[in-house]
Amino acid sequence: MYEFFFVLIPRYFPFLLEGAIVTLELSFLSMALGLVLGLAVALGRLSGRKWLEWPLAAYVEIWRDVPLIVQLLVIYFTLPSIGLFLPAFWAGVLGLALNLAAYLSEVFRAAILSIDPGQRAAGLSIGMSGFMIHRRIILPQALRIAVPTIGGYFIALLKDSSLVSFISVNELLRNGTIVISNTFKSMEVYMMVAIIYFVMSFVAARLVQHVEQRLTPRHLRRGRRSQRALASQPAVMP
Amino acid sequence: MILQTQPEPLLQVRALHKSFGAHDVLKGVDLTVRPGEVSFVIGPSGGGKSTLIRCINFLETPSAGEIMFDGRHLCREEGNVFHVAPERELRAARSEMPMVFQHFNLFSHRTVIENVIEGPVMVKRRRRDEAIADAERLLAEVGLADKADRYPDELSGGQKQRVAIARALAMQPKLILFDEPTSALDPELVAGILDTIRALAERGMTLVVVSHEMGFARRLADVVHFIADGAIVESGPPQRIFDAPENPRLAAFIRSILH
Repeated sequence: MYEFFFVLIPRYFPFLLEGAIVTLELSFLSMALGLVLGLAVALGRLSGRKWLEWPLAAYVEIWRDVPLIVQLLVIYFTLPSIGLFLPAFWAGVLGLALNLAAYLSEVFRAAILSIDPGQRAAGLSIGMSGFMIHRRIILPQALRIAVPTIGGYFIALLKDSSLVSFISVNELLRNGTIVISNTFKSMEVYMMVAIIYFVMSFVAARLVQHVEQRLTPRHLRRGRRSQRALASQPAVMP
Repeated sequence: MILQTQPEPLLQVRALHKSFGAHDVLKGVDLTVRPGEVSFVIGPSGGGKSTLIRCINFLETPSAGEIMFDGRHLCREEGNVFHVAPERELRAARSEMPMVFQHFNLFSHRTVIENVIEGPVMVKRRRRDEAIADAERLLAEVGLADKADRYPDELSGGQKQRVAIARALAMQPKLILFDEPTSALDPELVAGILDTIRALAERGMTLVVVSHEMGFARRLADVVHFIADGAIVESGPPQRIFDAPENPRLAAFIRSILH
């Protein structure tokens, strides 16, 4: 029978946790950047300006149709040849964020389009500006609709960030493989790595649930279990 | 003999055109609304009623013609060039002639009172506590004092429409536009909304109402405009429009709704 080396756990756990912290940093930074970019792309595509719409549509299409790992390799290994040197960590953040933004822009676009245009007309009819209507009327409602899906993408991102190990960022998975190359104990180490990913994702899913509930007006809070369950479903990323 | 001078028109529409692509919806509409006047716009569906009042406050941009509101041009023709006033002026005009919609169009993430104070606070930059005090008074007037903290989803259609009317009144408007305000309501709720509109008329508020409620138009209107095929075919006091229509199309329309 396989002999489990429990002694490895206290010895290497702190090193793996260091990697996990980098994973969280990668995830939060690229999420923040992805949200801002995704919203900007969605608003641009809905702006009614043709010169803005088609390049943004092309961006979304290209980024969704190329594997994330290929995007990361391109950003890290080919940008230096045109004089753009990004440290591996920031190349990772940029790659994850650009990829995420392409997906989130579609989430935002759909959510914005789901708001009844009559509310925009009502805002205009009392003299509100287009910007004010977006900020006060449309986006608050659209964001509430988008939160469960965004949450799903965040959970997916926590795990997809492991691809950044391919461009030598010392995040959780890469630290795990470093430990394995020193100890040759892949079973123990991968188990620890898997458990840490699970705990992070599990906590993230609960956080998403909490945020979603906070954003729901009180009269809608009951009877939404099915929608809440959707929030913890990770959306599929390439 | 004493010559009674008519007050200056509050709203003057001249030769207004609106086309969507190749489709001409308004083909030269003239309309005058004086302060305190209640004008009804009636006519067959597809005739341009809603397009006309949506053009008046620029929810739709007209294609040609002139609109003057409260002494200011919102659009005009100058040597065959069509000019539209800057966005800022259009917004200012809209805030003084808000619209009440067929489908209420309340802000669904805001409570009733938040719906009512949104315009005063965000557009007119009034202090929030003052706006709330005013909104509470307006809600009491339309019989919804106890619903201030409810969300639109929790209200009946009639209650929603009364919130929409309070939201328009909160702008301290010079004119209120009504776009078929009772068409989406259950029959038993229509009377309540009509009473609310009548109370506004009796207070001297200037109203432009697109409506299918002919009995209501007859009782309340100062002027009725019959619009068909993108033009106002006949205008006049309700007695004349309903009892002695001159235009054959109007006569046919009146017969069809009374049958």
